[in-house]
Amino acid sequence: MKVDIKSENGMAIAALRGEIDHHSAKSAREQLDSFIINMQPDVLSLDMSGITFMDSSGIGLIMGRHKLMRECGGRLEVRGPQESIRRVLRLAGIERIVRII
Amino acid sequence: MEILNEIRFSMPSLSANESAARAAVSAFIVQADPTVEELSDIRTAVSEAVTNAIVHGYRGTSGRIDLVLRLLPDREIYIRVRDGGCGIADVKKAMEPLFTTAPEEERSGLGFSVMESFMDRLSVRSRLGQGTTVTMRKKLAAHGS
Repeated sequence: MKVDIKSENGMAIAALRGEIDHHSAKSAREQLDSFIINMQPDVLSLDMSGITFMDSSGIGLIMGRHKLMRECGGRLEVRGPQESIRRVLRLAGIERIVRII
Repeated sequence: MEILNEIRFSMPSLSANESAARAAVSAFIVQADPTVEELSDIRTAVSEAVTNAIVHGYRGTSGRIDLVLRLLPDREIYIRVRDGGCGIADVKKAMEPLFTTAPEEERSGLGFSVMESFMDRLSVRSRLGQGTTVTMRKKLAAHGS
């Protein structure tokens, strides 16, 4: 999975591309956490339109970043997941906790 | 059990093999002409089972994971994932949604819930110190339906 983060005026977009599983989530987690802690954005938007596969490791990735963003006084949102990804998100009830656009 | 086709393979419990297992499953079941959704469901369920074997079965150790993929009559897919790891003390509890023994690794505790909801049948057999076998089945929709 590739993570490409762009930030402007406290609004950050992290474009994720590829597949999210337990193996790939680790480096994405480290990259995102380092950005959140150093840049303290108001909003971090995870652009998931480029994600072609996600298992429940993605739920841990989203929930962990949601928690960290809240601790830093910001907010996480998820953008553009494909239908197969949305089904995993729905199963986990993520939409009750994180805004999905 | 009448078996129309079968492949078996074995791999070390390396996390890089999570995607390798999914790729093998895709390559095998494409002969049954699944829908995009069916393929995605099966790939996700296999990914969960293999990840469980790596993260929980062989936690802190390593070993082999054996997979059996079968095509059964009436377009039914059979998948067995077996590890020789530590086993599960309480399978019923392990299958409860959100139950996890690895929160520090951000495991959501939804692996079995995903397998249950994306496949038609799920069976988990485990013995402490001997390993865990996960068997899943899913019937693909009839052609033209």
